[in-house]
Amino acid sequence: MLSKKNLQLNDNGDLHHLLAIEGLPKRIIERILDTAESFVGINEREVKVVPLLRGKSIFNIFFENSTRTRTTFEIAAKRLSADVVSLDVARSSTNKGETILDTIANLTAMHADMFVVRHSESGAPYLIAQHAAPHVHVVNAGDGRHEHPTQGLLDVFTIRHYKKDFTRLTVAIVGDVLHSRVARSQIHALTTLGVPELRIIGPRTLLPADIERLGVHVFTSLEEGLKGVDVVTMLRLQNERMSGALLPSASEYFSRYGLTPQKLALAKPDAIVLHPGPMNRGVEIDSAVADGTQSVILPQVTFGIAVRMAVMAILAGATR
Amino acid sequence: MKIAIRKGRVVDPATSFDKQADLFIAAGKIVSIGAAPTDWHSNREINADGCIVAPGLVDLAVHVKRGTLATEVAAASAGGITSMVCSPDTDPVLDEPGLVDMLRLRAQSFHATHLYPLGALTRALAGTQLAELSKLAQAGCIAFSQADCAIADTQVLMRAMQYAATFGYAVWLQPEDLHLARNGVAHEGEVASRLGLAGIPSSAEVVALATHLELARATGARLHVCRVSTADSVAMIRDAKARGVAVTADVSINHLHLIDIDIGHYDSNFRLSPPLRTATDRDALRSGVIDGTIDAVVSDHTPRPDDAKQLPFAEAAPGASGLEVLLSLVLRLAETSRVPLTDALGWITHRAAAAAGLPAGRIAADLPADICVFDAGAYRLITRAGLRSAGKNSPFVGYELPGVVRATIAGGHVAYEATA
Repeated sequence: MLSKKNLQLNDNGDLHHLLAIEGLPKRIIERILDTAESFVGINEREVKVVPLLRGKSIFNIFFENSTRTRTTFEIAAKRLSADVVSLDVARSSTNKGETILDTIANLTAMHADMFVVRHSESGAPYLIAQHAAPHVHVVNAGDGRHEHPTQGLLDVFTIRHYKKDFTRLTVAIVGDVLHSRVARSQIHALTTLGVPELRIIGPRTLLPADIERLGVHVFTSLEEGLKGVDVVTMLRLQNERMSGALLPSASEYFSRYGLTPQKLALAKPDAIVLHPGPMNRGVEIDSAVADGTQSVILPQVTFGIAVRMAVMAILAGATR
Repeated sequence: MKIAIRKGRVVDPATSFDKQADLFIAAGKIVSIGAAPTDWHSNREINADGCIVAPGLVDLAVHVKRGTLATEVAAASAGGITSMVCSPDTDPVLDEPGLVDMLRLRAQSFHATHLYPLGALTRALAGTQLAELSKLAQAGCIAFSQADCAIADTQVLMRAMQYAATFGYAVWLQPEDLHLARNGVAHEGEVASRLGLAGIPSSAEVVALATHLELARATGARLHVCRVSTADSVAMIRDAKARGVAVTADVSINHLHLIDIDIGHYDSNFRLSPPLRTATDRDALRSGVIDGTIDAVVSDHTPRPDDAKQLPFAEAAPGASGLEVLLSLVLRLAETSRVPLTDALGWITHRAAAAAGLPAGRIAADLPADICVFDAGAYRLITRAGLRSAGKNSPFVGYELPGVVRATIAGGHVAYEATA
C-alpha cells in the first residue's frame, strides 16, 4: 500500500515537491506568490542573477516536448545560479526501452537536487516523487491532463497583480477543460485562495464528468458565463480535438466559444484576459482581444519566470 | 493416502451443515464425517482444532500464463482454492484443443488445485471467426469466453452465441462496449476528472450488458456475466433472472471492497478492468451478492510483473493478484456486512460451482476430497514477500485481514499445509 499522505509536504509541513495545486495549503501558495513578488524586481535589473541556488543541480526532464515551458524553467534556474541540464527524454533513452524509474535512478546518481518533469501521462511526477531519493525535489511541469501547477501559480500571481483581492472576484475559465491541466491547476488555486464565484464554460464534450464537485459553476453558453466576470481565462484548443467527435469544426467552435470584443464586453469593463499559450488566434480567441488593452497574456509570461524562481528557491530551502 | 482432519468445525454452506467433527479422506474422497471408518489408519493427521473445515474454494476468474503456472498453482493452494477457472487469454490464447490438453496436463502434474479452462469463443480472441468450440469442449473447456477482449461486431457475437447454444455450451462475457471504453483507464466521474485520467463511463458496461442479455434471450445461449461493476448492471441482471433468462454473474472481490477514490496518488495496483467505480456501485454489488443476483465472488487473479505496474497509471497493465486474499476478503466482507459465515462461504464454494457447472464446492461423504482448513479468527498482514504468486500486485498489501489458511486438500492430496 503506497502512502496516501500528502506527498508534497515534508513532516514540518514545508513544501518538498510541487506536484499539484490540489492539496496545497493556502499559506504555501501565498508564500510562493510573495516570494515571486520579490523576484519580479530582479528580472527587471541589468544583472538578472542572484546566487540563491549556486552549486545546485536541476534537471529538466521533458518526456513530452515543450520548448516554451522548458525555456522558462531554464531561465528561472539560471537566474538563481543553479546548474541546469535539460533532457529531451521524449527523443532519447525512454525510446530505447529504458523505464522512467531507470532514467530517474541514473540522474539521481549524477547528484541531482531537483527534477522538473513534464510527461504526457497524468500522475507520472507522483511515480517519480515516490521513488526519488529523499533529498531530491520534484516539480511537475505538466502531467497529462492532470495539473500544471506552476502555470496555475503564475495565473493567480497575474490575477493578484491586477485585481489584488481574490475574495471579491468572479472568474471564468473557457474552453477545453476536459484535456486541460492548466484548468485543473487554476481551479484549485483559485478556490484555495477564496474566489467566491468560479465558472467553467464550454460544450458538454469538453467538460469533465462531475466537474461541479471541484467547486465550480458550469455554463454552456459563453454569453451567460461571461456576464459580470472580473477575469477570463481562455484555454488552448488543440487542432487534434477536431478530428474526432468532440467538435464539428474550428469555425463552429469559434462562433460559440471564441472570445471576441463583443463577447468580452459582457464582462466587467475592467476585466482581464489570460491565456496559457500558445494561442490559436481565430479558434478560441480573436486577435483584437489577444492584442487588446484587457489582455494580460504577455505579462503572464514575464511573471512565469519569477513564479518558477520562487518555487525552485522555496523547494531548495534557499528562502526563509 | 489416508488423511484425518481432527476436531475442526465442518461447514458445508450448500446444506448449512455445521458441526464439530473429524473428517476422513481416502483414495481422493471424503469417506466419513464424524466417526472413523472401521480399521482406520491415517497416513497423515491434520489438527483443525479451532479451525473451519470448509469445501475447497472455487474461483471462477484466474488469469495464468504457462510460464508461471507452478507459482500460481502454489498461490491458489495457499489461498485455499481447489478449483479454478482459467481465462483463455493465456499466451498463446486457448483456441486450439492441443493447447488446452497441454495446460490441463501441466496443471494435473502438481496434484493441487483443479484447473478448468475456458476456451476462446473466437480465434485468437479477435472477435471475427469462431473457435472450434466443440473440439475445445472435448479437450476439457467448460465454457467459452472472450476474456477482456470484447467483440465489436454484434453479428459475430450473436452467431457465436447461437453456435454455443446449439451444443449447450455456456458463454462467459465481460460486458464492456469497446468504443465507449476506448482509451479509458478509470471510472468516469469526479475522481478521474480530478486526476486527469481518461474515463470509462458506466454506460460502457450497461450498453454491452443490455446487448448480451438480449442476445442470450434471443439465442437461448447460457450467459455468464463476468466482473459486474456497476449498480445498474446488478439491477439489469436481477430483472433478467426474474424474466427467466438463463444468466448467471460474478463480481471480483476487489470491486466489493474498493472504489475509485482508493486510487489515491495514481497507485497502479488499483488500475483494474473493469475500473473501480463509486461507493454507490460497490454497495449495490454487495447487495447483489447477498441477495443472490450475483452468483459468485471471484479473485480475478491477474499477476503482473513489477515492470508492468511501475509506470504512470494509464500505462500500467490492469489487474490485481488475488488468489491469496480472496478468502480473507470474503471473511472481512461477511464481518462488515453482517452476513453469516456459512452464507459468505457459499459465494466462493457451491454458488460459484453451480454457476460454472462444476462438480465442486461441497463437503459431504462420498464427494471428492477438496477441502480448505482455515482459522477464521486469526489475522495476517498482507505483504509482498508473503505472496507466493509471481504477481505481487495486490491493492491489499499493507492490510491486516482475517482468515489464515492452515491446510488445503485437493483431490485427496495435501496441496498446502501452513508451517506452524
